[in-house]
Amino acid sequence: MLLTADIEKKFQGGVGVQADLRVPDNAAITILFGPSGSGKTTILRCISGLEKPTAGKIVFKERDWTNLPPQRRPVGFLFQDYALFPHLRVRENIAYGTRGRMEIVDRVAAMLKVSDVLDRNPRELSGGQQQRVALARVLAREPELLLLDEPLSALDAATRDHVRSELAQLLRSLRIPAIVVTHDWVDALTLGDWMIVMAGGRILQTGPPQEVFTRPQHREVAAAVGVETVATARLLTRAGGVAMLEVGSAQLAAADPGTDNMEFYVCIRSEDVTLEKGRAQQSSARNHLRGTVLAVVPVGVLTRVIVDVGFELVALVTRQAVEDLQLAAGAEVFAVFKASAVHLIVKGI
Amino acid sequence: MLIGLPLSYWVAFSKWRWKFFVEAVVALPLVLPPTVLGFYVLIALGPQSPVGRWYESIAGHGLPFTFEGLVIASVLYSLPFAVQPIAAAFGSVDRKLIEASWMLGVSNSGTFFRVIVPQSWAGVMTGLILSFAHTLGEFGVVLMVGGNIPGVTRTLSIDIYDQVQGLNYSSAAVTSAVLLALSFVILCTVYGLNRKVWFFAADRRH
Repeated sequence: MLLTADIEKKFQGGVGVQADLRVPDNAAITILFGPSGSGKTTILRCISGLEKPTAGKIVFKERDWTNLPPQRRPVGFLFQDYALFPHLRVRENIAYGTRGRMEIVDRVAAMLKVSDVLDRNPRELSGGQQQRVALARVLAREPELLLLDEPLSALDAATRDHVRSELAQLLRSLRIPAIVVTHDWVDALTLGDWMIVMAGGRILQTGPPQEVFTRPQHREVAAAVGVETVATARLLTRAGGVAMLEVGSAQLAAADPGTDNMEFYVCIRSEDVTLEKGRAQQSSARNHLRGTVLAVVPVGVLTRVIVDVGFELVALVTRQAVEDLQLAAGAEVFAVFKASAVHLIVKGI
Repeated sequence: MLIGLPLSYWVAFSKWRWKFFVEAVVALPLVLPPTVLGFYVLIALGPQSPVGRWYESIAGHGLPFTFEGLVIASVLYSLPFAVQPIAAAFGSVDRKLIEASWMLGVSNSGTFFRVIVPQSWAGVMTGLILSFAHTLGEFGVVLMVGGNIPGVTRTLSIDIYDQVQGLNYSSAAVTSAVLLALSFVILCTVYGLNRKVWFFAADRRH
């Protein structure tokens, strides 16, 4: 294990956090996923030493960190709003923790493409630049573990997509294990190769992101991740704003992603999938996939229906629909969804 | 300043539950009549007290009615004027910046001088100037502890009192005018600092 953190944290008058977190050695980027208030930031702060657990033990690479002050943990912490020192210029910000080793400042500045703004004030930078400066400042200290608290939430939607793929590339090239806190499932799928889902101060599920999304073990996980169908896809053609993709043995249409990549994750929210008996005559939905029902699982007032259409597709329908369509394992149905309901995420950047 | 800065740091960041007790003690001179404070300081520094005896054994003379004794009394009396604005400024420094400094491996004291003080510069200056200015104008404590020895413990405000007692109005008027002008300049500086109109103005806004 790279990191084990058995953390119990009690708060005055509120729900506490109780989590036994394990990050395997081969997990380069671990996603700590959950809605706000689920305790994921508390866990991150306990690992960094900024917060003291009420009880528990934190072990990183067989070293006991439990009673170490934050200064003595070789951790790089990227704050949500980056926390650059406003009274220092960019260069002094990056050099802050280096004890005067200026050659490393130049090296990380070049790596993060901020060499040309070293003499500016942090205030004068764009959101994306501020994030790179904050990362440079963290890397200049040569940490053994990176902790990123909602690294993309301070950015506007337009820059977020761009910065997200940059961050993914950077984190993969660094070879420093990272733990990323996020509540955005696109972040989770793009950045992570190991995922821990939290809600209400507890860990609900752990595993590779694609598996967590496709096979949520709890209703809370399914609700938290928001999409239940995640499958790998290969691009076949792009024409007229529509991309055709091969997913398992099926083909489906999606909005043109506008990139040259060939490999994608297709993500489909189960609410967006309609089930029909027999092929509809005319419909604006581009995807009509014939399949066999694998399982029918009641979830509160609704029912999850897992259909094998060449890949495993999850649909969320009412109980009434289950009765009307006589849905049961082995039944034949058509799964219908619009091309715009298919969300594509570039795979393996 | 040597006492005020660490004390302010402690007041701003300590999580000790009885902190309010110390805060109240520090703030006492604000409400206590100066003569009361002066009386206790006089007793505390006098030859009967341990502090007074200890000082007498190393310096060869007692503390009351000397310049040193006056300084100690002034520090106590002016402490709230330094501690309150400085602690308030320390407390308003963005917690994230302090934590960022820790996470970059910088100790508490390093963080204090490299982040907290630069971020609360205006508050620190306000505290130092106010406490200095306040020392200029004090009367009761000085009279109690310092006595009124020309050239040693006679302060400006006591000088004015003496002049008026001696019906020497013109001399009192001159000293008063000097004090008035000085106080006004000092307060202008303090208010200007807090509006950030002086030299480092543009840099400090977050």
